[in-house]
Amino acid sequence: MKDFSRYLPHTPEEIQEMLEEIGLEKVEDLFKMIPPQSRLTKPLNLPSPLSEMDLLRSLESLQPPLYSSFLGGGAYHHFIPSVVSHLVSRSEFYTAYTPYQPEVSQGTLQAIFEFQTFMCQLTAMEVSNASMYDGASSLAEAVLMAYRITRRRKILLSETVHPEYRRVIQTYIDPEHHEVVLIPYLKEEGRTDSHSLFHHLDREVSAVVLQSPNFFGIIEDLSGISERVHQQGALLIIGFSEALAYGVLKPPGLFGADIVAGEGQSLGIPLSYGGPYLGIFTTREKFIRNMPGRLVGETIDLEGRRGFVLTLATREQHIRRERATSNICTNEGLCALMATIFLSCLGKEGLKELSLKNLSKAEYAKKLASEIRGCRIGFTSPTFNEFVLELERDPQEVLEELRREKILGGLSLARFYPELSHHLLVTVTEMNRKEEIDQWAELLQKAMGR
Amino acid sequence: MGRIRDTGLIQEEPLIFEKGRRGRRGCSLPKWEVDEVNPWRVIPSHLLREQWDGFPEVSEVEVVRHFTRLSQWNYGVDSGLYPLGSCTMKYNPKLNEEVAKLQGFSKLHPYTPEALCQGILRLMDELGAFLAEITGMDAVTLQPAAGAHGELTGLMMIRACLRDRGERRSRILVPDTAHGTNCSSSTLASFQMVGIKSDERGILSAKQVKEQMNEEVAALMVTNPNTLGLFEEELGEISEIVHQRGGFVYCDGANLNALMGIVKLGDLGVDVVQLNLHKTFSTPHGGGGPGAGPVAVKKELVPYLPIPVIERQGEKYYLNWNRPKTIGKMRAFYGNVGVMLKAYAYILSMGGEGLKRVSELAVLNANYLMKKLRAHYHLPYDRPCMHECVFTDRYQERFHVTTLDIAKRLIDYGFHPPTIYFPLVVKGALMIEPTETESKDELDRLIETMILIAKEAEENPDLLRQAPQRVKVRRLDEVLAARRPKLRWSPK
Amino acid sequence: MKFPEELLYSETHEWIREEGNRITLGITDYAQKELRDIVYVELPEIGAEFKKGQSIGVVESVKTVTDIFTPVTGKVISRNEELKDHPEYINTDPYGKGWIVQMEIQRKEELKGLLTAQAYQGLLPKEE
Repeated sequence: MKDFSRYLPHTPEEIQEMLEEIGLEKVEDLFKMIPPQSRLTKPLNLPSPLSEMDLLRSLESLQPPLYSSFLGGGAYHHFIPSVVSHLVSRSEFYTAYTPYQPEVSQGTLQAIFEFQTFMCQLTAMEVSNASMYDGASSLAEAVLMAYRITRRRKILLSETVHPEYRRVIQTYIDPEHHEVVLIPYLKEEGRTDSHSLFHHLDREVSAVVLQSPNFFGIIEDLSGISERVHQQGALLIIGFSEALAYGVLKPPGLFGADIVAGEGQSLGIPLSYGGPYLGIFTTREKFIRNMPGRLVGETIDLEGRRGFVLTLATREQHIRRERATSNICTNEGLCALMATIFLSCLGKEGLKELSLKNLSKAEYAKKLASEIRGCRIGFTSPTFNEFVLELERDPQEVLEELRREKILGGLSLARFYPELSHHLLVTVTEMNRKEEIDQWAELLQKAMGR
Repeated sequence: MGRIRDTGLIQEEPLIFEKGRRGRRGCSLPKWEVDEVNPWRVIPSHLLREQWDGFPEVSEVEVVRHFTRLSQWNYGVDSGLYPLGSCTMKYNPKLNEEVAKLQGFSKLHPYTPEALCQGILRLMDELGAFLAEITGMDAVTLQPAAGAHGELTGLMMIRACLRDRGERRSRILVPDTAHGTNCSSSTLASFQMVGIKSDERGILSAKQVKEQMNEEVAALMVTNPNTLGLFEEELGEISEIVHQRGGFVYCDGANLNALMGIVKLGDLGVDVVQLNLHKTFSTPHGGGGPGAGPVAVKKELVPYLPIPVIERQGEKYYLNWNRPKTIGKMRAFYGNVGVMLKAYAYILSMGGEGLKRVSELAVLNANYLMKKLRAHYHLPYDRPCMHECVFTDRYQERFHVTTLDIAKRLIDYGFHPPTIYFPLVVKGALMIEPTETESKDELDRLIETMILIAKEAEENPDLLRQAPQRVKVRRLDEVLAARRPKLRWSPK
Repeated sequence: MKFPEELLYSETHEWIREEGNRITLGITDYAQKELRDIVYVELPEIGAEFKKGQSIGVVESVKTVTDIFTPVTGKVISRNEELKDHPEYINTDPYGKGWIVQMEIQRKEELKGLLTAQAYQGLLPKEE
């Protein structure tokens, strides 16, 4: 008996019994309805099945070595308490389906309700959905929602929004029907050029899309923007890729944002080479019926007991079909649960402390870097846990040297911003130990000394 | 809420925000090591957060008990049979979970230089090749995060290809049995949906397609087997008709569990198909994701694949961003790698022989169920089914018992209900997909239970209408939830 | 189910009360029964103009969504704001408190195409 039969409980006798019951002679007869010319005559050309041990060994050998990392740019190396992975390993959570039958999924439903609450608190907005695929697609869906609400065709998109998020927005919108105007950033400060923004703001604009902290790690000053945006009848959409920033920064909801859409990977979700991540989508109550994604609501049962159900499903694909607010069905449910557990563990004080540790370590690294000859802090504006360094040498060469010492020293920006050919994005989190940062700075200095 | 509970082992548990006490701590964070920076010394004060109200303060013990209790209110595949039609709730192998936890992958940053990521790039490239082989297609993108995401990606590629040809086709033919995502994805991709009816056999007829296919139609979206669990027997001919008039055939691959090693969708004329790793390829459903919806395409659509595309030069793998005709990007980074690892492990555990066995047994199980239950539940399409079968509540109507009641009563007997009221073409649909990981014993138990419920419907229908009884909450008021939406907890 | 004699009906299950150059419109007792508990009504803007047969809004129950069609060409001059907080009025009093919009009509001849209470009832599926 092959090993894979551990997933296929049928014994040959049982198969015979079942075939007899159906009135067939062999298993092949089950497929009589398939035209014979289409039936495969050869087995699939796939590797022979591996045993559990062999599989693990072969996969273990594919793992890359782990280097010390100062990489960020939309994915962050943060501490994940052991409690998180332990609890999401409970199979009642991870082997469950979407909670369409509320009586047997109160666990999932209550956890999502808690997630929705946490996201509202984090962003200071009124309502959150149960998750989107990731920050980029969440932001793209925010743009689509703004089009639905305003029925206008143009958005103003800051160049400081994550380049991949911008690419995703461009992909989601139909260029034949919609226009994107890119708003430049200030060369010295590294934040969005608000003069340019207001210059382009008119009654044809559906939404203004900004990110804070932006791709350069800079905290954008959102004061005064929403009032002017609203005056023109447009919406203010704020994206983010580092959710932990709001542990110490004023959340966008308090600056009058209409939709806040971003990435929750920092909240207890592993890096995993880019996914699965966690799209966060929050907005104002008045826009609820235009929101994409699932929503969990509180209600009572026959006997007056509190319970939770999926609600306002009439916005969604399975009911509204072609007029749905989105096509999203399966989202990132288990990742939302990880974030909920993570935030529960951290609590009020933990969230504050973790954010401050990020800020402090990044400031420490910034200080060391600014003292290196040949290095300059790229922009003058305040940052959270990422900052841009301008180097007098080719950043690729510098990174190569650091890599030989098993350090991934930063992200070269040239591939995203050709005008920033000598710039690196450096990210420092609570997971970078002081000695690591010291070593990074030392090697950087050595590299610049050449 | 008093301190004394009388709910036995089905524990009551408040919201996490209703627990805890000021000053409690639930985690141990990495040490400071550097001087603590006062935020207002580096950031203008009007940009700083001023209050953290509403975030709980609970101990680790409270967190663990809270979520453990919540989990105990859930039913998962590990709890028992989960016969949801079109969802393929098969057993999730634990080996796959171990693989996804390997630190080399879970801690890998997506911007790690390619030279250091050869292992994972190779794995992704191989997974793509496996999926292409299984479906009989030419290339695969692993980027989409779910089936619906894959549908959108596939439709965008079709749109891009047509525009490239200078054509402006605006319509998509969508069968009446289609999943809702097919319709909404069409709209999102700027197409207009045109319905096409299945015939009295429950499948699409080439004749009907011929009538509706013209130069305005960009594509026909088909699901095979369809949502009635029936094989689209005329698909080969239908594809030819669509191709002759310059259109594409999009296949929703959600039901692939019936076909692996038996027939290749590519051989039936399909141009693009999205797969659901969290259905066919055993990755867990997670209570609503994460999943993954890779899209396999024929040569003609390859230039339009989202970037980056994983390519190989000799022994080295790299990410190719230089694809001038690409539709762009559907998400940041490369896809749900954590999910791909599990599907990869699954395919390596099963091999071609194992996957064929999977489909054979999935179809055997569904036909067995159909045979044993047909005397007790009405079959709207009396034809051999594939991996799922659809019944209705027509025999129970005269007792004023509905599909909903039958579903809720199954809960009292320890089963998750099947899919109800879908597909829409069948009134009172009850769609059952057992999957291949269920044994004959388990199926017999379901069969006996459903026969008992049919009997109860006749002799004591109140039992069904009052169901479920043996649960934590009963028949929640969905009307109230929709009229007065309460979507978050608020501090007083 | 009730179908007041003095009203006119459309095949898409709306009722119309003729008031000179204006009409009041709602959905019939049959429609509200089919929909079950109504949870939300999407009303058109005041001043919005519609052609005969166009959708002027949407009625939602928990699991269904259905369009409200205007059987006549006209302009919306008022709408039942109470339905925002009390969508259930359509269930409890479809011809009274559950009225949906008032429209100024342009072509009175279009009313001739509507059905009497008897003719409308004739279209409905017979109850078993």
